[in-house]
Order: sequence, then C-alpha cells, then structure tokens
Amino acid sequence: MTYIAKPKLHHPTLLKNKAGYTRRDYDGAISTLCAGCGHDSISATIVQACFELDILPHRVAKLSGIGCSSKAPTYFLGGSHGFNTVHGRMPSVMTGANLANRDLIYLGVSGDGDSASIGFGQFAHVMRRGVNMTYIVMNNGVYGLTKGQFSATADRGSVSKKGVANSDSSIDMVSVAILMGATFVGRSFSGDKQQLVPLIKAAIQHRGAAFLDVISPCVAFNNHPGSTKSYDYVREHNEAVNRVDFIESRAEITTQYAPGNLQEVAQHDGSILRLRKLDEAYDPSNKGDALNRVQQAEAAGEVLTGLLYVEPMPNDLHANLNTIDAPLNTLEAKDLCPGQSALDKLNASLR
Amino acid sequence: MPKAIEAVNDFVVKFANVNGSGSASANELFARSILRMGVPVSPRNIFPSNIQGLPTWYEVRVTEKGYLGRRGGVDLMVAMNPQTWAEDVKEIEPGGYLFYDSTKPMPQSAFRPDINLVGVPLTAITNATYTDARQRQLFKNIIYVGALSVLLDIDPKEITRLFGEQFKGKEKLLDSNVKAMNLGRDWVLRHLDPTEVKLKVRRADNVGDRIFVEGNSATALGCVYGGATVCAWYPITPSSSLAEAFQAHCKRYRHDKETGKAKYAIVQAEDELASIGMVIGAAWNGARAFTATSGPGISLMTEFIGLAYFAEIPAVIINVQRGGPSTGMPTRTQQADILGCALASNGDTKHVLLFPEDPAEGFEFGAASLDLADRLQTPVFLMTDLDIGMNHRLCKPFHWDESRAYDRGKVMTAEDLEAGKKFGRYLDVDDDGIPFRTYPGTHPTKGSFFTRGTTKDEFARYSEEGPVYVRNMERLEKKFDTAKKIVPKAIERKAKAATKMGVIYFGSTSPAMSEALDQLEEKNVALDALRVRAFPFGQEVVDFVNSHDTVYFVEQNRDGQLRMLLIDQLGVDPNKIVAILHYDGTPITARFITRAIGDHLAPPRRMAAE
Ligand SMILES: Cc1ncc(C[n+]2csc(CCOP(=O)(O)OP(=O)(O)O)c2C)c(N)n1
Ligand code: SF4
Ligand SMILES: [Mg+2]
Repeated sequence: MTYIAKPKLHHPTLLKNKAGYTRRDYDGAISTLCAGCGHDSISATIVQACFELDILPHRVAKLSGIGCSSKAPTYFLGGSHGFNTVHGRMPSVMTGANLANRDLIYLGVSGDGDSASIGFGQFAHVMRRGVNMTYIVMNNGVYGLTKGQFSATADRGSVSKKGVANSDSSIDMVSVAILMGATFVGRSFSGDKQQLVPLIKAAIQHRGAAFLDVISPCVAFNNHPGSTKSYDYVREHNEAVNRVDFIESRAEITTQYAPGNLQEVAQHDGSILRLRKLDEAYDPSNKGDALNRVQQAEAAGEVLTGLLYVEPMPNDLHANLNTIDAPLNTLEAKDLCPGQSALDKLNASLR
Repeated sequence: MPKAIEAVNDFVVKFANVNGSGSASANELFARSILRMGVPVSPRNIFPSNIQGLPTWYEVRVTEKGYLGRRGGVDLMVAMNPQTWAEDVKEIEPGGYLFYDSTKPMPQSAFRPDINLVGVPLTAITNATYTDARQRQLFKNIIYVGALSVLLDIDPKEITRLFGEQFKGKEKLLDSNVKAMNLGRDWVLRHLDPTEVKLKVRRADNVGDRIFVEGNSATALGCVYGGATVCAWYPITPSSSLAEAFQAHCKRYRHDKETGKAKYAIVQAEDELASIGMVIGAAWNGARAFTATSGPGISLMTEFIGLAYFAEIPAVIINVQRGGPSTGMPTRTQQADILGCALASNGDTKHVLLFPEDPAEGFEFGAASLDLADRLQTPVFLMTDLDIGMNHRLCKPFHWDESRAYDRGKVMTAEDLEAGKKFGRYLDVDDDGIPFRTYPGTHPTKGSFFTRGTTKDEFARYSEEGPVYVRNMERLEKKFDTAKKIVPKAIERKAKAATKMGVIYFGSTSPAMSEALDQLEEKNVALDALRVRAFPFGQEVVDFVNSHDTVYFVEQNRDGQLRMLLIDQLGVDPNKIVAILHYDGTPITARFITRAIGDHLAPPRRMAAE
C-alpha cells in the first residue's frame, strides 16, 4: 500500500481501512483554531496518516504541551487518550508514559515556543534517550496563543506583525534534534500534504525518537511580508531533498540503493521507506552530511525539507534499559513483590 | 587529675575524621560491634557539603535504654582530623576523654585541663607495619577500632565475626583486618591501663530482633514491595542514596528469572522538572511511579504537582528534607518543607503528606504511599529527612503481609466499559469525591478522554464556566476529606497521670520525644503525646487538641509549619498551642525538648534554679 494510490478513490471518508475504521473515525473535536491556521492542516495529515496505517485509534497516546499547537491533539484521533501537560514539559510526561506501556503509539505535538524555549531542555533529552515516539513541532515562529511574540525559531531579521525585527539568532530544530540523537528527523510544510503524510507514517513506524519540524504559518500573527514562516515565503523557498514513499512490507530488508534516484531504507518492523531523491548528493544516513546540507540551505535562504536524517535500526529507551517485553503497567504484585521470605533473609543480614 | 566520666552502656563517642579516608566503614564497624553485644547504638553522620579532604564526623550514642535520638554532648572524642582539632577538643564534656594520635608530641596548649587524654601513636604503629600509602590510611582506622575495643571493653570476637561476614570468601582481607585490629589492641594492652577510661560496654540483651538500616534504603525497599516500576530522579543530597538504593534493590529482586530483563525502569532525569513529569506520565499510563528529591527539587516541581492535583494523577514524591531555604544547609536536617509540600503549586491546592518516624516506617509508608496515590489519584508526599534517610537506625524488622494486595484505586477496565458501565472521568459516583479513571489504550470505542490542567466538566470536556469549575473544586475538597479517613492514623501515648497538657510531634523527632517524655515524667510533668503520621489530620488529631488545654507542637523548623496547618484545618484556638522549635540543622534532642517544655511551664524561677 502506498500513499499515492489512495486519493483517487471516491468518498474516501466512508471507506474502511484494514482495521475496519473509516477516515472519520480518526477525527477529533471541531477545531477552535483560527481559520487557515497551519496547525489544522497538520492535524488533517495526522488523521490521514493514521488512517492509512490502519492504526487502532485507542492504541495511540497523544501528548502535548501548551499553545495553539498543543491544543491540536483535541482535534484529531478522538478515540485516543490525550494529555495536555504543562508548557514545554510534554517530553518528560511522554517519556514516563512510554516507560509505563511500551505497546502504545506515542504521538507528541508541540509548538516552537513549547519546544525551543521553555521546553528546550526536555526536547533535547527526550531525543537523546531515544524514546520511541513521533514528535511533531508545529513551527510558526511565534507564540500564537499569547498573541504574537517572537519565538526562538524566528529567523534573525524577520519582522513581526507589529513591525519589530528579530535580532536574536534562531534555533534550528532539525539540527538540534540530529545533534541530540534523534534517529529519524524530517522537515516539511503544513501546506504540503503530499510530502507530509508519508513522512508522518514513516515516523510512526520508526522505532525510536522520530522528530518532524513542520513549518506551520500562523495566519493571525505570522503570515505577513517580512515573515519567514508565512505561506508565501515557505512556498517560494522550499527546497525538498527527497520525497518519501512509505511501503509497509514484511518481505525483503535492504538498505542498498535502488536503481536510479531511489533509496530504500528498511526499518525495524520491516517497513520500507523509499526515498525519491530530488537531490542526488543528499545522503540521509550520514549525520555529518545531513547537518552540513541543512546549514548550507539555511545560509542560502532555503528551507530544506524531506527526510533529513535516519538511522533505521536504533535502540530505543526500552532496549537501553533492558526492560521486559510486557508493559510495566500490566505487572502485578506477584511479578513485583519479592515477599516475606526475601525480607527474612534481608533482615538477617541487617543485624 | 581531672574528674573522669563514668558510664556503662550510656555514653557518646564522636569520631572526627577526614572525608574519604576510609573511616566510614571502620566507624560503622565500631557501632555494629556494640550492637552485637546486645547494646543499642544510634549513630549519626555529620558531614559538610564536600567530597574529599574535608571534615566529617560520626557520632555514636551508646544507649542501653534504647534512646535513639541524638543526645548532645560528647564523652569520648576520637580526634583524627588535625584541621578540626580545636573545635573537637572544645566539644568534649568536662571529665570526658580525648583519644588521639600521639605519634608527634603536642604542646600542652592543644589540650584542656578538665579532660582525660588517651594518646595512642597510631601513625607510628601503622608506619612500622605497612609501607603502602593507601593501606596505611585504611588500616590506621582499624587500629583505632582495636585500641578502642580494649579501652571500652568491646568484645574483639564480635569485631572478628563482623570481619568474617564482611569479607566472606576473601580470607586474605579478613586476616589482614584482624591483624590490624590486634595491632591496636596489643599496643593499648602493653602501654595503657584500660581501667582509666571509665566508659564501658557491657553485654546486654536490649537489641532483640531489631535491624540496623538506613532510612533511604528502607524507603526504597518499600517502593519495591509496593510495586513501583518507574523511578525518575535527579541527584540531590540527601535523597540520592534513596534512588541508588532502589536501583540496587531492583537489581537483586526485579529481574526476570528466565530472560534477565528488568521489571522496572529507572531514569536519571535532566532535572526535577523532568523527573516529576516522568512520574506523572507513567502514573497516568497505569504504572506505579515515584521520585525522590529534597527541597530545591520540590520547588522546581511545583507546576507539575498542581497539574497532578487538578488532573487527578497519582504521584509519589519522596522528600528527604534538608535545611532550607534555597540551597540552605544541604547536609543538615530539618522538617521545613511541610507547608511547601502541603500547599505546593498555584491556586487552591492541597496535598497528602506522610511522616515516617524511622526506616521501618519508611518501608511501610513507601509501599502505602503508592496505594494511597492510586486510591486518591493525587500526589502523595513521603516526608522523611536527612536524619532518618542517611543514618543507620535500629528499628523493627521489615515485615510484609503476604495476603496484601495492591490497591490500584478506581480503574475502569475494558470489561466494565463493555458491560456498559457509565464512565465520566471526573464524575463522583461513590460520593467520596474520587472518580474512576481509565488507562490509555483500554477499549476501542469507550473510555478515552483528554487529560488537561485546565478546567473541565465531569466528562473531561473543556469548560470555563464558573459553576462547572466550582463543582469540580468542591469535589476535590470532598476527596481530601476522604483522604483524612484513609491516611495512617496518629498514635497516642498517654501519660501515666491524667493531664490537660499534650504534645504533638512527627517524623524524625520521634526518638528524642520518647526520651523527653521519660525525662519529663521523672520530673512529674505529665504529658499526653500524639505522633502525627499524616496530613490531612484525622479525627483523632482533632479530638486530641480539643481534649487538652495546652498543646505543645515540637517541630524542626522555624515557623511551626505543622502547627499552621493544624490551626488552619481545625480552626483551633491558636493560644492553646505552644511551639517548640529546633532548626539549627542538627537533629533535635531530648535535652532540648525537656528544657523547652520545662521553661514554658515554670519560666523564670526554674531557670534561675538550674
Ligand atoms: C509556565 C507557563 N508560562 C507561560 C505560559 C503562557 N503560554 C502559553 S502558550 C505560550 C507560547 C506558545 O507558543 P508555541 O509553543 O509556539 O505555540 P503556538 O501557540 O505558537 O502554536 C505561552 C508563553 C504558560 N502556559 N505556562
Ligand atoms: S493564533 Fe496563530 S497559531 Fe494560534 S490558532 Fe490562530 S493562526 Fe493558529
Ligand atoms: Mg508557535
């Protein structure tokens, strides 16, 4: 099954996927975000991706911080448990949740204020621990919810709606994620569903810390001339290095180059990412090259998008901690409590 | 000749050492050998916030009567640290003893005329026997233990037996340690008259089946027994050894026999913001989770604590208290986070606190706090302190009732939902303020909800409406009332004579208070005593306060924090409450309590008479 085949069908919202759900079953509550907000487009792509992956909605846990972006989980996957945590601290809550039950799918949604400012520390550490998750930053370069202050991802020199120029250097979230040890890092644009849906699907299938920086214009505070996160700006400066086709395959596992401009990457579960390389020189499996290209694009005033870095078979946090296969939250007293006989021995050694 | 303090099984020995010199294990050996003779001891580590080359002290109270609080005063100083010599010598009681290394001659001015000198040329003995520098350092400690064993009549067979247990299978180490002990013993036997030291240990039978254990280790064990599977922490004195002990216990008890895999997850977080976040995430997802920290960590956690209170997520927070405010006295003890924890976070928040008195209760409450957090779906603070946490304390042996099941609280299962049970995440179905919850992933179509720190209705739907908000806040208050009925009850010790005076105390004050009550009784002061073990206070605390005309509140903080909570919760007349406050960072003593209560009862005249 590939993404390409899907949209041609009629009434896609009424068709059932292999899990027996229609696309509508992945919807959430009606959005209260501004009409045209990029975050809503991203929510729609999440719905699409989960539908296409035949995910059972209740097996997803969606967590977020605080912000317009962090409200988004209310507007998709209504059948999932959700958790709006505190501003910037979703990564730690997600880490704990993941420790408790390794069998759910963890989807973290955050904003650029949430992840690049107040939560920058937690962002870094959740990546380096390799928590098995998909972490999406809906990146609009401003604090939407508190009405338009610059965020730390706003480019130096970009101008706010009120006409103030940002003088601080910006934080590039994909570079940070790669440096911190995320094992799947991509960037995309809320207005580019074709690129984003397969990226989200691949990120969900990735068994490790997957990070997606999705530029998501704020129509209320950051969509004017002078902004580098507006629809127009990103459309003009988007430089895609590859297009991902996501193939759910349990058959062959290869990592070698396919003929032509295709690169295939197999993941833990046997699924295959097929990268249609738009830039032949780009190698997403090499950390140094990836960082280099991201920096070069930035210097050239371009926004590099696509799958920027992937380590296909990483160890996740549970592998590193050597935890048992059963979710910790299913263990009972008989599994956990050593009982009185152990205490008798211990008592004897403490006299 | 100065007078010489005479005492059998009732004296204080203090060791002044250089940190990192290997003295800790020798000093513990000394304490244990006395325990093995059936005589209770109560040791305390006193250490500044430094790692190496700086002073540390180890104070051992030998107490046949079993008074495990700090006594105050020093009868025998083992002065092994030249740097602190002057202050160490000053601390000795008149008629007390100074044990020192007499290798180098000391000027008369270094001593005091009113104390007794016991010089042993430790360095000379050591250097004559050992050439390796590290060996010299380590064995010097064993040599002084050997020397002391002769002077105090400690049975060397007990020391040898302890070596045997410590170095099981390492015969070489066993032999070399016995040899070092005998070097000290032989020198004293040959050169000194041991009867000149009139502090003696005499075999008794007062230890019984009690165990000798550190509070942090015991509390961590309680978390293992209570079924904690996730521990997230950030290092801070005096709580670090709790998380480290949890790790050690889990290594021993929590690996799957077949696969070797871990039935627990421990994360050293990047800070306390993250450690509490992980605990909340894990507990939200149905695992039992805890963190261990101290005051500054609590300060960082407060936003998350408010979330857990308001969104009703279990969390166990062990606060091994130290001296505050701010970085305060990081290696000293206090009970000064009571208010900070009881009311942690913005808005109207209130939390459950438990106050263990010793390691045995640390173990019990460690497990109980996990049950309470699940039952009440709220943060539970386990309030220990440095005095309990980082010292070995004699206490009753660990016991676990095999028939005990974990109380996972009100959790709706897939079967419940399938059977059509009505689920509203914040719906008060049982009139106890406690709603049902579901774990994420339970059922394909029923029971999912959104957890948030914003206001919501009974069905977890976002709402900013006043009445909805108020209804929820009132339910939370009702839940807190439920807590009063299920937290550990206060324990009363009635005076022999009827009295209208009472005293309330809690936590690590317990051993000093027991001793003070005996002292006061001897002075014919009758006091009913109530040891509070939890907040919110149960009815028994209300009754106790109401049935006494004067109630002393003994606390180890400046502001009388528990007293403030009590006045607030019970609306009692503040005038009948008298605060007895000790907060210099040292553990409170019976001497202090007895004097303070005595002063209050008969202020000027009694003072003059003493
Ligand atoms: C501790 C704390 N400080 C400040 C706030 C106020 N606040 C709410 S959202 C927000 C910024 C959100 O920005 P971003 O994450 O970029 O989300 P956006 O609204 O732009 O999607 C701030 C500062 C808060 N909720 N908590
Ligand atoms: S303020 Fe901006 S970010 Fe927030 S909902 Fe509106 S458009 Fe979206
Ligand atoms: Mg933003």
